[in-house]
Amino acid sequence: MDEPLLRVVQVSKRFGGLLAIDRASLTAEASRITALIGPNGAGKTTLFSIISGFLPPSEGRIVYAGADIAGLPPNRLARRGIARTFQIVQPFAGLTVRENIAVGAHLSRPARADALAAAGDVARAVGLGELLDRPAAILTVAGRKRLELARALAIEPRLLLLDEVLAGLNPSEVRDMVPVIRAVADRGITIVMIEHVMQAVMSLAETVFVLSEGRIIAAGSPQEIAGNSHVVEAYLGKGAASRLMGAGAGHA
Amino acid sequence: MKGLVPIVAVVALLATVPLITSSNVVLNFLVVALLIALVGQGWNLLGGYGGQYSFGHAAFFGTGAYVTAILQVRYGVNAWLGFVLGVAAGALVGAVIGALSFRSGLKGSYFALVTLAFAEVLRIVASVSPITGAGVGTLISLDLRPMAFQFQNRAPFYWIILAMVGLSLILIRMIEHSRFGAYLVAVRENEDAARSLGVNATIVKLCAMTISAAVTAAGGCFYAQYFLFIDAGIAYGSWISIEALLAPIIGGIGTVLGPLLGALVVKTLGELTKIVTGGAPGLDLVIYGGVLILVIAIAPRGIVGIFVDLRGRMRRSKAAAPASLERGHG
Repeated sequence: MDEPLLRVVQVSKRFGGLLAIDRASLTAEASRITALIGPNGAGKTTLFSIISGFLPPSEGRIVYAGADIAGLPPNRLARRGIARTFQIVQPFAGLTVRENIAVGAHLSRPARADALAAAGDVARAVGLGELLDRPAAILTVAGRKRLELARALAIEPRLLLLDEVLAGLNPSEVRDMVPVIRAVADRGITIVMIEHVMQAVMSLAETVFVLSEGRIIAAGSPQEIAGNSHVVEAYLGKGAASRLMGAGAGHA
Repeated sequence: MKGLVPIVAVVALLATVPLITSSNVVLNFLVVALLIALVGQGWNLLGGYGGQYSFGHAAFFGTGAYVTAILQVRYGVNAWLGFVLGVAAGALVGAVIGALSFRSGLKGSYFALVTLAFAEVLRIVASVSPITGAGVGTLISLDLRPMAFQFQNRAPFYWIILAMVGLSLILIRMIEHSRFGAYLVAVRENEDAARSLGVNATIVKLCAMTISAAVTAAGGCFYAQYFLFIDAGIAYGSWISIEALLAPIIGGIGTVLGPLLGALVVKTLGELTKIVTGGAPGLDLVIYGGVLILVIAIAPRGIVGIFVDLRGRMRRSKAAAPASLERGHG
């Protein structure tokens, strides 16, 4: 097997006395979808912020394409091909959808006309073609999530970090979005996604890492993770797994 | 190039004024208004497009004015060369203040306060140091030759400041249609999102501040040549910092023509209130202030914003008409 595109090695992050991330390690294989799940407050977004350069790690290494990138600023990492979306969407509200995406497209295209044209192509690929010249401020939640994705794709990343792009969407919007993410992966872009919508994680991800209280408590295929008693306890509390199984046995 | 037609039209229209009237009052009024438009255009690049509100553009205006004046008076440098060096010095001051502020991550009101503080420090230094003439100020001696950037009448001054305003309009239009402009606006709208897309926000803001300072310094250099006298209160006084931000805010922040429109409106308003109130001292300022508050309350995006809204409304009513017809047929 090839060297994974991304290796997070024993990364810790301290905020004063709080140990937010505790020696977390994970890997993302090239051209695959890897999911990072865990209860609220587990540190998932913090880990993403460290990988994408918004926060420096207190300890540990982040190896991307063979080089340690820990501590590099986000703009440098974007140039190396790491894109991220934000859990709380961050559109350039005063700009149109096309202008929003063009900011990303400018990374490899200095000319304004080229960037605007490329923005149109990306927008159509994620289903925003109709809204190209509307202000970003009028978009619905689903539209904003698509815009986050489109802007990140416009920098033509090798590694895409998706922070809950399905959160806040209704079931039919989730069903529309899943194939869009699948199509991105099929183009050879490596995806690491934080997601709470388990149905999407199960159908998209090949490998799942579970973060709880800053520690990686389980890793494996979606099926393995679903049956892991540590994971069930992390979400539902200590002893929940055995009680559930007991209840299941009782019903049988 | 896109969007140059309105700029050329406005400048061409204004260029005919000295052919119509030789009234010193009218020309003097327009020269000052255009000077404010130029200074405001400098502020507009950083504040309007970059979202970094400076309260201290006097630092650049004054540096331009003092460098031009001192080089001529004390070192016998040619006025035109002094002008170029004044602009360069203003840009340098902008780069230094920008580097100090942006590298420390100052934003919003903190940035505004720091720029204000720098301008005040420069004002105090200029009011006591011998090279600036301290409290007496610096007087450029009369030498009415074009070689010395001085003219017999006001028309050449008028055309020069108009040409400078025209160049600043083209410069801002070009930036608007460039990658740098797109990055600058992205930083204004959301710095973190911009950084995640590969934008080096610090460098972008620093470049904007340097260009902004150069444009505003050009206004200071012109001021020195036109009035031939500056002191610390004129060059580094807060009056020019306020004029610099008032013109674009009234005219339309982050738009190419906003500062020019704003400067003309603000200056006209100032003159009109003076005429209306006649001799009552200070009353004109009260009315002036009241009208400014009204303008900002009614049109928070300035005069250009009003036009944009009107055009949008007309377009929508046009689009709505055929739609309602279709519904009628259905």
